[in-house]
Amino acid sequence: MREQDPKERIKNFKEVPYGYNEEEALQEASRCLQCKAKPCVKGCPAEVEIPEFIMAIKEKRFKDAISVIKNTNSLPAVCGRVCPQEDQCEKVCVLMKAGKPINIGALERYAADREREEGFSDPDKKNEDKDKIAVLGAGPAGLAAAADLARIGYKVTIFEALHKPGGVLTYGIPEFRLPKEIVDIEVEQIKKMGVDLKLNYIIGKIKTIDMLRKEGFKAFFIATGAGLPYFMGIEGENLNGVYSANEFLTRANLMKAYKFPEYDTPINVGKKVAVIGAGNVAMDSARCALRLGAEEVYIVYRRSEEEMPARIDEIHHAKEEGIVFHLLTTPVKICGDDDGNIEKMICLKNELGEPDSSGRRRPVPVEGSEFEMAIDTVIVAIGNGPNPLLLDTIDGLKLNRWGNVEADENGKTSVKDIFAGGDIVTGAATVIAAMGAGKQAARTIDKHLSSL
Amino acid sequence: MHKIITKKQLNSEICLVEFEAKDIAMVAKAGQFLILRIDEVGERFPLTMYDWNTQKGTVTVVCQAIGVSTKKLCALQEGDHIHDVAGPLGHATETKDIGRVICIGGGVGTAEAYPIAKAMKEDGNDVSVIIGSRNKDLIICEDEIREFCDDVYVTTDDGSYQRKGFVTDVLKDLLEKEKYDLIFAIGPIFMMKAVADMTRDRKIKTLVSLNAIMIDGTGMCGGCRVKHDNKPKFTCVDGPEFDGHLVDFDDLVRRQSRYKDKESRAMEHKGHECKMGLN
Repeated sequence: MREQDPKERIKNFKEVPYGYNEEEALQEASRCLQCKAKPCVKGCPAEVEIPEFIMAIKEKRFKDAISVIKNTNSLPAVCGRVCPQEDQCEKVCVLMKAGKPINIGALERYAADREREEGFSDPDKKNEDKDKIAVLGAGPAGLAAAADLARIGYKVTIFEALHKPGGVLTYGIPEFRLPKEIVDIEVEQIKKMGVDLKLNYIIGKIKTIDMLRKEGFKAFFIATGAGLPYFMGIEGENLNGVYSANEFLTRANLMKAYKFPEYDTPINVGKKVAVIGAGNVAMDSARCALRLGAEEVYIVYRRSEEEMPARIDEIHHAKEEGIVFHLLTTPVKICGDDDGNIEKMICLKNELGEPDSSGRRRPVPVEGSEFEMAIDTVIVAIGNGPNPLLLDTIDGLKLNRWGNVEADENGKTSVKDIFAGGDIVTGAATVIAAMGAGKQAARTIDKHLSSL
Repeated sequence: MHKIITKKQLNSEICLVEFEAKDIAMVAKAGQFLILRIDEVGERFPLTMYDWNTQKGTVTVVCQAIGVSTKKLCALQEGDHIHDVAGPLGHATETKDIGRVICIGGGVGTAEAYPIAKAMKEDGNDVSVIIGSRNKDLIICEDEIREFCDDVYVTTDDGSYQRKGFVTDVLKDLLEKEKYDLIFAIGPIFMMKAVADMTRDRKIKTLVSLNAIMIDGTGMCGGCRVKHDNKPKFTCVDGPEFDGHLVDFDDLVRRQSRYKDKESRAMEHKGHECKMGLN
């Protein structure tokens, strides 16, 4: 796909890939073999009928294409951009064997973008008098569940803690990867299905689940995500230039600090920035730091390139933009001056040992390999845990030893009217996995309420 | 959107704003705070609640105009709207069976000490209040506190009203005369530190309410982390009250300064905008 030139794009927050034009979309769609077995559909957590929508594009039935996608996926413009298709639908595409699978993500994006440009048709919703359901969290899992439940006639209210919906789509993923306008518009479509969205509403604080039960809510879907940043626990982590990736990205994306002082929220990015971790969040942080004026940005990761959890595309984009990778490197101390400014970070070099519980080879520090990295900003992107704010207020809800909600593959928890899905259950994962969990929970909730 | 019902200028720097927030008013407790965002381009910033009214469905905050956001709030008038209000956040103050308590409010912190002292009193504790201010004009909430508390002391830095000196001067006298179970301090960091330093050797439990820079207020960003007993704690979800003897105040002062230069840039920008508006 055509993209903004790396030299140019590191100076702006505009989207990197341009997306297909009609000619490109038709050409790509015409490559689809329309396999009977449809392995791609099985590879899609949102269960999109992929060959069907591609056929519609090929035949220039663009409205049909998007409506096929929307039958099962309420956030197509988002998924077309941020899904790791290379690990899902495209991975099992029959053409993969020939080396070039169909670019399903780009086609999905094309169908969604085309609809947005040409105008939306009214969403299908049933005006049935079904029960009230509360969805806690307006991120990918919550939005997917709310849309599916509304589609079958439930009265859904989403309670969101922040002032904008979208969860990680809004506060986490940067504008250049997922324009916020697109998130807003897709959420608007879900609202048009009759979903009520209450912002700035922190369940567990302003109301408890018990209070909502008394207000007539018959089922609850916990989709509060992974929102508690982990730190490394090393000396110097409280220095002024140390951010959690959550804070850094929230300032940059949700609060639009990249438009400071037009927007009031400031952000401090020094000349030399070290991002700790190598997941998508780390890549997003590194690429944001670059766009916010850093001269040099390093990814510091304790394992090797092979183990990096980020999407290949994102690693590729980061490299193209000049991000430097310090692999097999573990920070042990951040040093600063009396005013709290960072001066340097002390690191150790590692080599890879035996595989650990995650199946990845364990990093083992090399004795005497200590070295200094001159930096002035650190962004810690080593993962997030579950936020206990809501969970602590629910009687009888079983949590696992990491504090995540214990739920089965259908989204059932230890409390019969409470369901859960997405990162709050699995720990930090992907947008599409969370959406898949939301869809599954919607089915389970419908089954549960229909059986009462 | 939250409509402003009452707006009062308490003095040249500090204003009182009462706004509609029915659901919050129903569950608000002393010591908790809100996250506000004044307008579409605004920051999210924390403010401790001053008062709330379940009948009217309103919440009241007292705000000192020091930065871009607090100036924006103080510039709003009755009938205007605050864009976003989230809360109540943080743990409420423990007020049951405490015993003899001294609540200390410094500057705008007096308005934050008010609901805590009141709740302490309502729960049957013996409450004294010390109010500290730079000068007479800047004193707030004295009458409101005297309404429920007989034992109120006021100090001014310049001696323009009541006792000249600092809250710690009064505190020292009180501690020498009588025994107390809890000291509660809210105000400038240096004041809370001075109070904690005074009570540390005397081994009197001392709570301070911190107002660290934060974004979401729900534990998500980690920006409000403070060093407490040498371990990181999040002010928003672990606090806002902490054991004053365990807080690293110097670290807090450093962290609170991290956007100082940006703040002045933001003010310049807004000042420029204002002038543009006038032209």
